[in-house]
Amino acid sequence: MSTKMVKFVISRQDNPETAPYLEEFEIPHRPNMNVISALMEIRRNPVNAKGEATTPVTWEMGCLEEVCGACSMVINGKPRQSCTALVDQLEQPIRLEPMKTFPVVRDLAIDRSRMFDALKRVKAWIPIDGTYDLGPGPRMPETKRQWAYELSKCMTCGVCLEACPNVNTNSDFIGPAPLSQVRLFNAHPTGEMNKEERLNAIMDDGGLAECGNSQNCVQSCPKGIPLTTSIAALNRDTSFQAFKNFFGSDR
Amino acid sequence: MAGSRDFINRRIHSLLGVIPIGIFLVQHLVVNHFATKDAEAFNKAAHFMESLPFRIFLETFVIYLPILFHAVYGLYITFQAKNNVTRYGYFRNMMFLVQRVTGVITLVFIAWHVWETRVQAALGQEVNFDMMADILSSPFMVVFYLVGVLSAVFHFANGLWSFFVSWGLTVSPRSQKISTYVTMGVFVALAIVSVRTIFAFI
Repeated sequence: MSTKMVKFVISRQDNPETAPYLEEFEIPHRPNMNVISALMEIRRNPVNAKGEATTPVTWEMGCLEEVCGACSMVINGKPRQSCTALVDQLEQPIRLEPMKTFPVVRDLAIDRSRMFDALKRVKAWIPIDGTYDLGPGPRMPETKRQWAYELSKCMTCGVCLEACPNVNTNSDFIGPAPLSQVRLFNAHPTGEMNKEERLNAIMDDGGLAECGNSQNCVQSCPKGIPLTTSIAALNRDTSFQAFKNFFGSDR
Repeated sequence: MAGSRDFINRRIHSLLGVIPIGIFLVQHLVVNHFATKDAEAFNKAAHFMESLPFRIFLETFVIYLPILFHAVYGLYITFQAKNNVTRYGYFRNMMFLVQRVTGVITLVFIAWHVWETRVQAALGQEVNFDMMADILSSPFMVVFYLVGVLSAVFHFANGLWSFFVSWGLTVSPRSQKISTYVTMGVFVALAIVSVRTIFAFI
């Protein structure tokens, strides 16, 4: 009996310094398998399509339900999460590559540190600590909460940075994800109190102004976050902020 | 400081493309359109523009310096991008690429156009209908002018779209969509004006 096989072409790299190479794999098909279960099968039996023993493919994963962002990779040319990439819905051979916008650690595993650094840079949090109890903050209207919830779905997966033509080695653009987080925290009634700090942070080099409006981010975001709307809204906010900074303001 | 150098430069780049360069472009195309009437009307209009008071200052601050800044910074922006339309063939991503391509074509065209007309005028040649008719007597130059002028007009129209986004005037997806239709309308309108003018010299 011949079992149906699934073909993979995987871009591999032994360490951050060495050159990437392609390796083909053929693994037995199982119903409802996703890219991660296929990678697990390769890990269980690391033999390539030529029948040679090889090292198991390295990748990252976490939640397995598309909320952590760790398993993002380029699958058949498009960056997405491998946990929700169902093999039966993909054209074969299935081509897996790391998201090369980020430093490759090994095979499909990448280092997304720059995104977390960017979140720190733009102060993507709400400062509530004080030397005494500040009491409850202002209430958030329910309609606004529902709207802000959409922005809070960002899982820092890096797909928008991978799709953006302006995030590359020639530029220091922090990318769409941290910008949209600025809008989220500026929309929060307590976070709004530090609005200016965040706006000034994204008006720094590598910030908001580096966006070239290719709008690939909003097309690629797996969570459907309105990234380009966030960017345009921040463009408006920083227009006012720039004038306030320059001419001064009575608030 | 109102923001970092990048932020200010980008905003100035965006603003200068519309004011004054965009306005100058429209004015230039409209005045040239007199050529569709007859040679005399064109010469009269060109002479009026030539004899504006403080001409060299108007040219320097409305045309030369803004275009120089827009061009130099535009090239910097262009070569910073790593275009990826083959992988992400979305409409806006294609416009992103075309905006950069037409920008570079427009720069080459303007450099040649200024040399051929304004610099020659400074060297004593008279700018009139015959000068343009002479230039456009070569089929190569007709193609060069068509490509150059249409690139400039597209770059302006699509640049107007991104100007509205960059300054935060169009925020919602719907407003950006309507703005796409409006600015492409501007492109078509200006394209008709400029193509009619070019063919008036032939």
